[in-house]
Amino acid sequence: MSRRPYNRPMSKTTWYMRNSRYKVYVMRELTSFLVAFYSFLTIFALAALAADSAEVWNGFLASQKSTAMVVFHGLALLYFLFYQTFPWFKLAPKAMPIYLGEKKLPDSYIIIGHYVAWVVVSAIIFWLTGVI
Amino acid sequence: MAIAKKSVIWTLFAAGGTLTAFVFPALIALFLLIAMGNVPDGLQFEQFHTFAASWLGKVCLFGVLFLSLWHAAHRLRVVAHDFGIRKDALVANVVYTVAAIGSVLAAFYLIGIG
Amino acid sequence: MGTRQIELEILRYDPEKDEEPYFQSYSVPCLEDWVILDAINYVKDNLDTTLAYRWSCHMMVCGSCGMMVNGEPSLTCKTFIRNLPDKVRIEPLENFPIERDLVVVLDDVMQKLHQVQPYIIRKDDPPEGKEHIQSRGALAKFKQLTMCINCMCCYAACPQYGLDKSFIGPAALALAHRYNRDSRDQGKSDRLDILADHDGVWECSFVGACSEVCPKDVDPAAAIQQMKIDGAMEFWKQKLGMPGDKS
Repeated sequence: MSRRPYNRPMSKTTWYMRNSRYKVYVMRELTSFLVAFYSFLTIFALAALAADSAEVWNGFLASQKSTAMVVFHGLALLYFLFYQTFPWFKLAPKAMPIYLGEKKLPDSYIIIGHYVAWVVVSAIIFWLTGVI
Repeated sequence: MAIAKKSVIWTLFAAGGTLTAFVFPALIALFLLIAMGNVPDGLQFEQFHTFAASWLGKVCLFGVLFLSLWHAAHRLRVVAHDFGIRKDALVANVVYTVAAIGSVLAAFYLIGIG
Repeated sequence: MGTRQIELEILRYDPEKDEEPYFQSYSVPCLEDWVILDAINYVKDNLDTTLAYRWSCHMMVCGSCGMMVNGEPSLTCKTFIRNLPDKVRIEPLENFPIERDLVVVLDDVMQKLHQVQPYIIRKDDPPEGKEHIQSRGALAKFKQLTMCINCMCCYAACPQYGLDKSFIGPAALALAHRYNRDSRDQGKSDRLDILADHDGVWECSFVGACSEVCPKDVDPAAAIQQMKIDGAMEFWKQKLGMPGDKS
């Protein structure tokens, strides 16, 4: 009897459309575009600040004011929260299992700890920038 | 050596990911406020310039930008791979070069403040 | 107990007769408490003796009966009919070459399991005349990883393995981690050479599908992330001249 194993083709460009698990993963990974975008936007802001002139800085601030950008930032914030920050917190316990004797610290403790830290960090940033 | 390179890249990626997960929502929210025209006091020229001119401010801002850029770069390399772009070496060079340029720009502007 | 008529669409392939695999439908009267494996056995016994597939224990310990059930890598002795619609598509495990019908070629994975040196490696001699003492706490650290039955559902779920077969993959990595976390083992640095290399842990992008489909809750995704951290820390310790792991 002769063997002739058959290799099923897998599309290298559209495999993630196969099920929702893969689609969610791709949505998660695409948040990296947002990270790059906001990093460069911040660098752009620093460039304006480096002119050491209030006029230039205010000009930059004025250039950022637009309804289109409000919508963009609002959507970006939601997308980032639900596809980067929250999933990152949910996966954190996997990377850092903590054992107390025989018992493993429940994942929920670690996840809640992350949420608390996140609220604290955000509060500090908002306090430093005078938002609160 | 593969082990060395991958370890360094992954450490930057992991640190950047943790940092951005915690810090970026607030950062995006700040840009949102600016876009709405409600610039908070801390981002007005006097206060923000003073902060960015300080040694602590420069270190914090550079740290955040550096880790975020490298995190995004590495992840985009993986995204390219996931989308079937096979030329990994080319993609890697492109994304890491862009991250390097961003890091240099960040450092350059930060040093120039104040 | 009532019966439910389920239509199984099974992917067939005879290497001596077929150019390509094709679907064949069978109508099976299923009892309420059946698993998919029972339905497949019914087909073999009553409808089509030519159907080829692997199975053995029928109780989730041998790992033989892994297949794709409606596109999901599943252990067919653990997949209940009552959780499935009336039409069920059965295919051999994804990402593996098809030998015949539902039987896949597992050579690649078998070789990878060997590669990670899945046995206790000692640098010191064991205590004379005594066994290794291991506390329950020490056992708890890796016990979950010992549950792997090598069903290979994780490889079927892993898109990185699908994209590049040179990736060592979830089960092999979880197995390596099982030994790295075993307090009796001193072979971590030996294994890290394979794992921290090009096709080892770093190829994983933490999709997490492997852990979601694992029928024994081994959580290979978690094991791999922990190994990335271990590998990176080991590298930095060496760089900074700090004493690394003794093992």
